[in-house]
Amino acid sequence: MPAPLDPATDPHGAMEARFHAALWSPETPLGLAAANDNDRRFLVYRNNVQHGMCSAFAQRFPAVERLVGSDFFTAMARVFAAQHPPKTPVLIDWGGDFPSFLEGFPPVAKLPYLADVARLELARGRAYHAADTPVADPAALMAGDPSGLRLILAPSVIAYSSRFPAVTIWANNQPGATAAPLPKGPQYALIGRTPAFDVPVMPLGADQYAILTKLMIGTPLGEAAANTDPTPTLALLLQHGLITAIDGETQ
Amino acid sequence: MTLPNTPGLGFKPEHFDQIQQRSGAVGFYEVHAENFMGAGGAPHMMLERLHDTHAISIHGVGLSIGGAGPLDTEHLRRLRVLIDRYQPESFSEHLAWSSHGAAWLNDLLPMPYTEQTLATICDHIDQTQEALGRRMLLENPATYVTFEDSSLAETEFLTQIARRTGCGLLLDVNNVFVSATNHRTDPRAYLADFPLDLVGEIHLAGHESEDLPDGPLLIDSHSRPVADPVWTLYAEVLARTGPLPSLIEWDNDIPSFDVLMEEAARADAILKEARNARAA
Repeated sequence: MPAPLDPATDPHGAMEARFHAALWSPETPLGLAAANDNDRRFLVYRNNVQHGMCSAFAQRFPAVERLVGSDFFTAMARVFAAQHPPKTPVLIDWGGDFPSFLEGFPPVAKLPYLADVARLELARGRAYHAADTPVADPAALMAGDPSGLRLILAPSVIAYSSRFPAVTIWANNQPGATAAPLPKGPQYALIGRTPAFDVPVMPLGADQYAILTKLMIGTPLGEAAANTDPTPTLALLLQHGLITAIDGETQ
Repeated sequence: MTLPNTPGLGFKPEHFDQIQQRSGAVGFYEVHAENFMGAGGAPHMMLERLHDTHAISIHGVGLSIGGAGPLDTEHLRRLRVLIDRYQPESFSEHLAWSSHGAAWLNDLLPMPYTEQTLATICDHIDQTQEALGRRMLLENPATYVTFEDSSLAETEFLTQIARRTGCGLLLDVNNVFVSATNHRTDPRAYLADFPLDLVGEIHLAGHESEDLPDGPLLIDSHSRPVADPVWTLYAEVLARTGPLPSLIEWDNDIPSFDVLMEEAARADAILKEARNARAA
């Protein structure tokens, strides 16, 4: 917290500090000048700040909102916003610590998968805004033995994993979705932005997820796929334009 | 490189396809700077396409020019990157604060109008214009409270800022009407004192109303058509200034593109009257 401001030497800073504190408390700040109804007038600001943050948050985490219900989500978002306010005006950068907040928020302790659904929604947001890159010509992959090639993947590519069936839970909570049965155990997915700016969530098996994580750090194809056929992962990457460049030569 | 003296619309991504099909339906589009600060993806694709065929106004909502503390230089850098990339016809910001310490508050908050706040805000605008390498427009706020500490009228405050920093002004006619109604003052007296020769753009928007015991409290909601008394004030302003770039803002409960175009057509009719009166 900044040091308390002296109203005598910095009345502007002191007023701003009082005003700011009152946005998150029931007290109207001192120093307002209307003859009447300063409480109601100030409430417009308090509502704007709290409502604005909560609705921005609901846009980022629509599946989480659906899982807990709109009223509960708003109340929870208000707690989060008061404890973890955005640090910059770029709201797409806000909410990275929402999953860990959910893990420690007692009222949702019975929904242990909720944090992973939030992580998935954060990942989709990051992919949506990731930098633009070219799409590689896949010809190099088709000619000869590609095992020495390294793939440069698009910056939107995210290897997602959850101890819970969070991918299915997320999919079941999309608008108009029919509920699929929940598998047991962990789930994995490839998330990335297509050239048409869609951000699909593509389920992967554990072995394909392992290949993806290796490709992402520049492991040569042959080494990344030493034990498993990489075709399913490569097919998804190619189909959605997620390979930016292919380094090296086929042998 | 300035905005045309025509109607403009706040850009809504859900209208992107119609905007493409009806290219030139309005003379310019305005975007909120902070919505285009991701690295890439659809927002930048849309803004590039929009700017291929239209003048663009970049309107910041995050700089907190009216804050007591120093400006966020990292945010100034982001704005510079955006402005360098798109070379918009106009950049504007608000007479308001929106962050305190490290916390961003996502609203445009008011400050007292004193010699101290005037000096701070002029420093902030000097710093902004220097960092961005261009002249900016500063928008008058819609307010719900006033401060015991205030010693200057808002119009005097804005006039002094523009005089000291060389910035232009963005006149939001709805904000004038909302604030005057809320503070039981006369919007025409406000406009009579406003330095209209410094206005580079006009904003028009809808507001909501509720009742306090001593009169209405208007809320600048950007969720409705522009109200009739605001259209009247707008026509009175243009009768004095001639045509100016005139933006319809509608940010909540967003209607169809056709409804926005009806609002733009109403502005266009008043702009034509002002143009004809000049020519006469």
